[in-house]
Amino acid sequence: MLLDNEVLKAEAREIIARYPEGKSRSALLPMLHLVQSQDGYVSGEGIAFCAEILGLTKAEVAAVSTFYTMYKRKPTGDFLVSVCTNTLCDVMGGQTVYNVLSEYLEVGHDETTADGKITLEHAECLAACDYAPVMTVNYEFYDKVDPEQALSTVRALQDGQLPQPSRGARLCTLKQLSKQLAGWSEDRKEALADPGLGEASLAGLRLAEKHGVAAPVGDVDLNSPIRVEKK
Amino acid sequence: MTSPRPEVLAKLTPVLTKRWLSPDAWRIDTYEQLDGYQALRKALKSDPDDLIAFMKDSGHRGRGGAGFPVGMKWAFIPQNDGKPHYLVVNADEGEPGTCKDLPLMMNDPHALIEGMIIATWAIRSNKAFVYIRGEAIHAARRLRNAVEEAYAKGYLGKDILGSGHDLDIVIHSGAGAYICGEETALLDSLEGYRGQPRLRPPFPATHGVYGCPTVINNVGSIASVPHIVLNGGDWWKSLGSENSAGTMIYSLSGRVANPGQYECGMGITLRELIELAGGMLPGHELKFWTPGGSSTPMLTAEHLDVPLDFDGVAKAGSILGTTATMIFSDRDCPVYATYRWLMFYTHESCGKCTPCREGNFWMTRTFRRILSGKGTHADLDTLLDTCDNLLGRSFCGLGDGATSSVTSSLQYFKQDYLDYIEGHRRPLLNEADLVGAH
Repeated sequence: MLLDNEVLKAEAREIIARYPEGKSRSALLPMLHLVQSQDGYVSGEGIAFCAEILGLTKAEVAAVSTFYTMYKRKPTGDFLVSVCTNTLCDVMGGQTVYNVLSEYLEVGHDETTADGKITLEHAECLAACDYAPVMTVNYEFYDKVDPEQALSTVRALQDGQLPQPSRGARLCTLKQLSKQLAGWSEDRKEALADPGLGEASLAGLRLAEKHGVAAPVGDVDLNSPIRVEKK
Repeated sequence: MTSPRPEVLAKLTPVLTKRWLSPDAWRIDTYEQLDGYQALRKALKSDPDDLIAFMKDSGHRGRGGAGFPVGMKWAFIPQNDGKPHYLVVNADEGEPGTCKDLPLMMNDPHALIEGMIIATWAIRSNKAFVYIRGEAIHAARRLRNAVEEAYAKGYLGKDILGSGHDLDIVIHSGAGAYICGEETALLDSLEGYRGQPRLRPPFPATHGVYGCPTVINNVGSIASVPHIVLNGGDWWKSLGSENSAGTMIYSLSGRVANPGQYECGMGITLRELIELAGGMLPGHELKFWTPGGSSTPMLTAEHLDVPLDFDGVAKAGSILGTTATMIFSDRDCPVYATYRWLMFYTHESCGKCTPCREGNFWMTRTFRRILSGKGTHADLDTLLDTCDNLLGRSFCGLGDGATSSVTSSLQYFKQDYLDYIEGHRRPLLNEADLVGAH
């Protein structure tokens, strides 16, 4: 029982303490992530846990958890593979990538492979359109994927390997990651330094650097305060 | 590939992006070496009212899509009202095509934090939240680390740099809902509810999070603040065009040779941006594009010379939005593109108001019928009629935005629709897709 788990209860109280006094309901979204870090989805017990601690009804908690895509209603795999099929990624090949993975894994959207390892979903825009088509594993980016790369990434996961993302941290399981979504810091120091940039992010900067273009600099006295004449 | 002309290259103006070239700029030591936390020192010496007036004079406008003047938003916060004030940063980047805030938070998170400290000093707030999109995990990771570094160095917490200003920042991850980018839905979500928009008035400036005065600003709006304080309001104005001060990160995606982020002074044209991006992909000719995400009406090759600033794009019948230029070619179908966007709006509609919830659902079905070769001429009238019932009649901007691609594609590419309806074009969807669809 989650409610018997004293560590989890202490963590829930830690979340509540981030928000102003009397505003504990703000802790609900992070607490649902916390539940997922334990159960891998928002379980019935998880709903009861949040309700009990925050003084809400289970119906109030369920109404919130079912609203958000990242809260899963059934057990998920260790790895959530999301393929963007919004318009831009779709026309750049994202839908094909999704179809190929779906056929290979023999699962559809929001379904998990029989061995319980991989959950597949098609995602809406993942805010990486300059790297289209994009796929994420546990929300870390695999940029400009084609069906072959997507398949080899998924096969590696099946073989127990952790293929390095193009941008984002080295992989951990979805449960481990959910702890960060609940607000805890990354405890793998080396993962923080994993790349946040790819060539597309730098495209304009590289061009400016190559041709010696820079933004002008303003002439401001840093030591004096800002003063504005009253109009 | 020919190199862009010198006069076009000269339009590149890296300000917000410039630290990305230093791969460690997300660490506080590197950030400090690159002018980091210098603007904060100047700001904390200044009177908060002067700071607000300074931001107003700089002409700085919001970078989240609506372009509301930042200084004016700050000035709306009532002072001496005895209530706590809050700053909430909208980092729920999810507008299709938009990809500027995530790289900024991943690679220069301290710029956002420094901007937040300055903003909270101006509006007299001691607690700030960053509502960051759940999926943006590496950005959240770096941001959380940056907050810890800033506490350790005395930039956050009590009596910041001896100024008497206190500030605590909470990084709050969302859970996958596009609607939470709408500022009042974001507030409901932050308070632990379903992310559904609130009725306005009252506005967040007086009744925001927890019913208290709240400023909600986009990541780019706040991350620009230290640069403006460091270089001056006139400098910021000089980088952009009339009524559109400063630079913008233009995000090019789709059928260009080098998609990516190109930060330029506002007012650059798509023709120039495509030149910077190495031209169109070989064999592709520009057919349609969005100036600022899928909620902004699409434009065509006729609009290559429209200045991409607030007034220029409005004059061309669209919206500057988030300067997310998704570029499509003659190999892409505007009818299919619109259908796919509508599926997105249908999925993301929060369900609160009928026009958006039902309108998007039915329009998706109408598109499916057209794309399956079963459409009728009357379907086009039905689509326009439905849009008429969404635009201005939806509870929030999501419903309005959903109509943008429908009405604009019908305006510029009606023949593409007719080709499906009249059987001149092979259907893109098959009968199976139509099960239960009509």
